[in-house]
Order: sequence, then structure tokens, then C-alpha cells
Amino acid sequence: MSLAAAEAPPAPRRRWLRLPGREARRGLALVSPTFLYALMLLAAPLTLVVLISFWTQDYLTLDRTFTLANYRTVWLDPQESPLYRLLMGRSLAISGLVTVATVLLAYPIAYFVAFHVERNKALWLFLITIPFWTSYLLRVFLWKVILGYNGVLNSALMGMGFIDQPLTFLLYNANAVVITLAHAWAPFAILPIYVALSKIDRSLLEAAEDLGDGPLRRFWRVTLPLSMPGVIAAALIVFIPTVGDYVTPRLVGGTDGLMIANMIQVQFGKANNAPLGAALSVSAMLIVAAISLLFLWLNRRFSRGGA
Amino acid sequence: MSGRRGGPGWLRGYAIGYLVFLYAPVFLLPIFAFNDSAIIAFPLRGFTTANFEQLWATEAMHGALANSLKVAVAASVISTLLGICAARASARYEFPGRRPIIGFIMLPLVLPEIIVAVALLVVLVQLGFSLSLWTVVLGHVLICTPFSIAVLSSAFLNMDRSLEEASQDLGEGRVMTFLRVTLPLVAPGIVASLLIGFTISLDEFIIAFFLTGTEPTLPVYIWSQLRFTAKLPGVMALGCMLLLLSLALLGAAEYFRRRSARQTGSTGGYL
Repeated sequence: MSLAAAEAPPAPRRRWLRLPGREARRGLALVSPTFLYALMLLAAPLTLVVLISFWTQDYLTLDRTFTLANYRTVWLDPQESPLYRLLMGRSLAISGLVTVATVLLAYPIAYFVAFHVERNKALWLFLITIPFWTSYLLRVFLWKVILGYNGVLNSALMGMGFIDQPLTFLLYNANAVVITLAHAWAPFAILPIYVALSKIDRSLLEAAEDLGDGPLRRFWRVTLPLSMPGVIAAALIVFIPTVGDYVTPRLVGGTDGLMIANMIQVQFGKANNAPLGAALSVSAMLIVAAISLLFLWLNRRFSRGGA
Repeated sequence: MSGRRGGPGWLRGYAIGYLVFLYAPVFLLPIFAFNDSAIIAFPLRGFTTANFEQLWATEAMHGALANSLKVAVAASVISTLLGICAARASARYEFPGRRPIIGFIMLPLVLPEIIVAVALLVVLVQLGFSLSLWTVVLGHVLICTPFSIAVLSSAFLNMDRSLEEASQDLGEGRVMTFLRVTLPLVAPGIVASLLIGFTISLDEFIIAFFLTGTEPTLPVYIWSQLRFTAKLPGVMALGCMLLLLSLALLGAAEYFRRRSARQTGSTGGYL
């Protein structure tokens, strides 16, 4: 959404070989404070996390001899690794479900705003983004109120006579996590899809119509493929951060809905085993990065084959 | 298709249903804040403002609010300054590595926050820093800067460059041109960036949870209260106030962003 605005056509490759000119020097000088900040407070810390994952915790100090023991604990240890693998798998499954649900639910609304709202587009987009700006903790907590045993949903269903007993499968499990996250990340899916849809050249749609495509065929063969970049962006923007969500599983997930971030927090906190926490973080990041790249690669192959 | 204004009925119905889904939790907040009952559940008992009155008497909450305000001001100012540098550089100059550099700065936008929090915690502990509100600011600047850049980039990109050239032709130096021509032109964008940074920092939980020392920020305080059923009505009232504050801040940000768009002649989207 926002990145698109900041990007201009890429510089020709040759520029890399030349010494930077006056313009380039000024640009580099100007970007350097922000870049240095990101290097010192993002690149360096991330590097340190990777390093620490190869060390071991020795009571209060860190033993800095290189070892793969933490990764062995996470992936191979017969006693401990089943729990970590379970949490990792569950995090990926929940995030995957959240991504699919969020993108599927978001697409029609992005489509509606892009094609059927004429005067109040900005108002609609504003209305969609407002809930995102209210306290995240309270939004998640309120889902607990909605889905709970005496919650809003159960009271309403019982009041209307649909059920006699409160439903118990709503809260404290993976379903609750999926619903809550799909709600929390909705704007992040709607905006990129909206941007992609509004960029579509309307004359292509008219051409499809003139050539005899009905509304469904036109959508399937023209609109959807042309909006795929937005869908891909939306999927990645939702998938990557939700794998590491901490608050939602903790508040509405119960024990069956806990995810990898909860375990990472425990290792850095109560368990006081930063190296193991680091190994869990690095493993999770690598898996997420691999899945994202695979997803991008598949999409590129798929769209090239289609075109 | 544009012939059918408003679109097919089912699509419009879906859109409205979707908005209800989006707003459901937000609507519940005031309902329970004014409900005269110790538990957060239906049926409602009666109307009361006691939960709000109780907030005035809660010293710990006031401390947390003060901490959050300090952090949010510092984080929004620093991230806007860093955002101005990066957005101006990327909008005005062509330099080697522009895309990877800007892409790297934007990375916190997609990184899970727990990873950012853990990474910063590890570095600060290794360097022997003690955790304080400043360490929270360091983390918040990291996640606010991408939003600042997004808002400011469109302001800088949409600015009419010929105004700067005119100023230089008329004999102003580069620095004075920037201060007297460029900055006033992008001022609404800067205000929008400050407001958005402030709102994000005020609401951010995970990084504050990991990096705060003995002084909790407001979300960390709320998190500690969520465990006690008796405290929940008060938390709902607090949430209501925060909701109003966020709405006011965002309304202001949107106003300035639109002014920026009008001044620079663009009609860009919200972010």
C-alpha cells in the first residue's frame, strides 16, 4: 500500500559501477541518519539474535562457544522438540488460515470500494482503517467478550432461541485465534487489494465485455489476474506478522491455541534461556521466509504460465 | 459497470455486513464502560459513570498514561525527523542502493513485532543498558519510521519541484530553500506523520512489554489489569477514552493529510 508510493522505476544497473555523482552523494547523505538507525537498531540486533542462538545459557552468563545444541533441542530432542514443533506447526497453520480468511473476506470489499463507490471512496477507506487504530489489546479482549461462555454471541443466540446451551467451541481454541486475527488484520489486506484494483485500466474491462465475456468470465479472466499483485501483497502482509503474534493466542487461544511467540516470550522471560528463545525465533523466521519466497516463486511461475 | 451505481445489492449488503464485523468490538467498548455491573457480560444491568470516576482516582493509571505520553511524543518526533530524511532522499535523489536501503528501513512494517522486541532486548541486555522508557522509545521509533516515510514520501513526491527551482533561481541557497519553500509545502504531511507516529506508539504493546523497565506504559498497564476481573469495567472506561483520543488524533491526521494533498495537488490514499 504505502511502499508503492515510495518506489520509482529502478535505476539502471550501470549506476552501481560508477562513482556516485553529486546528486547521489546528496541522496546518500540525506538517507544515512535513517539508514544508520535501522542498521544499529535492527540489523545489528537481528545479527546478535542469530549469534546468540549458537551460544548457551550458563545460569546468569552466556557461554559463547559455538554450538548447535539449541537447534538440536528445537528440532531433534525427543523430549522437548515435539512441543516446539507442535507450536511451530500450529502457528503456521493458524496464520495460513488467517491469511486465506482475511484475503477472501477482504477481496469483495476492496472490489466494492474500487468499482462501485464513486464519490465517497476516501470515506470508505477511512471507515475501514479506523478500527485498526483503536487499542489492539482491547480489541482482542473484546473478542473474548463476544465469543465467551456468557458472551455476546452466546447470549444473542440463546435469546433468539437457536441454542439451549452456550456454545463452548467459540473461545479458548484455535478458532478464536483465527477469527480475532482475521479481524485485526483486515485493513492490511483490504488496502493493497484496493490499490491493485484501482490501478486496473478500465478499458481492458470494456474490451473483455465487447469481446463477449459475461461479468463472471470477465472477472475471472481479466480483473482477478490483474489484481493478483495486490492479493499477493495482502497475503504476505498478513501471513508474516501473524505467525509471530503474541497477544491474541494468549488472550483467546487457551492452551490449545498457544503459538510460537508465546514460547519465545517464555524463553526470554521466566525460563531465562535466551539462546533457546533465539533459536526458536531464528527457526520461525527462516520457515516464514522460505514459505514467503516459495509463495512468490509459485505465483510468478503461475502467472507467467497463464500469460 | 459504472452504469450500475452502488453495485449489485449483494455486494453492497456484504460491504455493510463487513463494516459491522469490523466495528463489533469497538461498539461494545462504550456499552460495557457505562454498564453498572462488575462483570463484562450480557444482560446489561444499568447505566453508570462510576467506571469513569474511578479512573480519576487510579494513581497507577495516571503514571502509566504519563509514561505513554512521554514515549509517544519522543517516538513520533524522532521517527518523523528520520522519516523526513529518508522520504526526501528517496523522493528527490537518485542514488545507488536506493531501493534496498529504503526497503530495509521499511522492514519493521512486515516483521513480527516480537522479533523486533526480542532482538532489541538482546542487544540492550548485552550492552548492559538498563531498561527504561528510553529503550521503549528506541523500539517505537523503529516501527513508527516506516509509517512516517509512507506519509511523507507522498508529500515530497507530489510537491511541485518548480517551486524549489524558482526559489533557487531567485537566489536562495539550498538550505534556505528547503526551510522556506519545501518544509512549508510538506508541513501538513509532517503533522500527519507526527500524529500517526503518536497514535502507533500510544497503542503499541509487545515492544513496550519487552523493553520497559519499572515504569509501565499504558498498554502494559492495561495488560496487567486484564488478569483481574474486578478491574475490567475500569479498563473498559479507559478504553473508551483511548478510543476517543485515537479518533481525534486520526481525524486531525486525515485533515492534515488531505490539506497536504490539496496543497501539493494530489489525491493520494490514506497511507
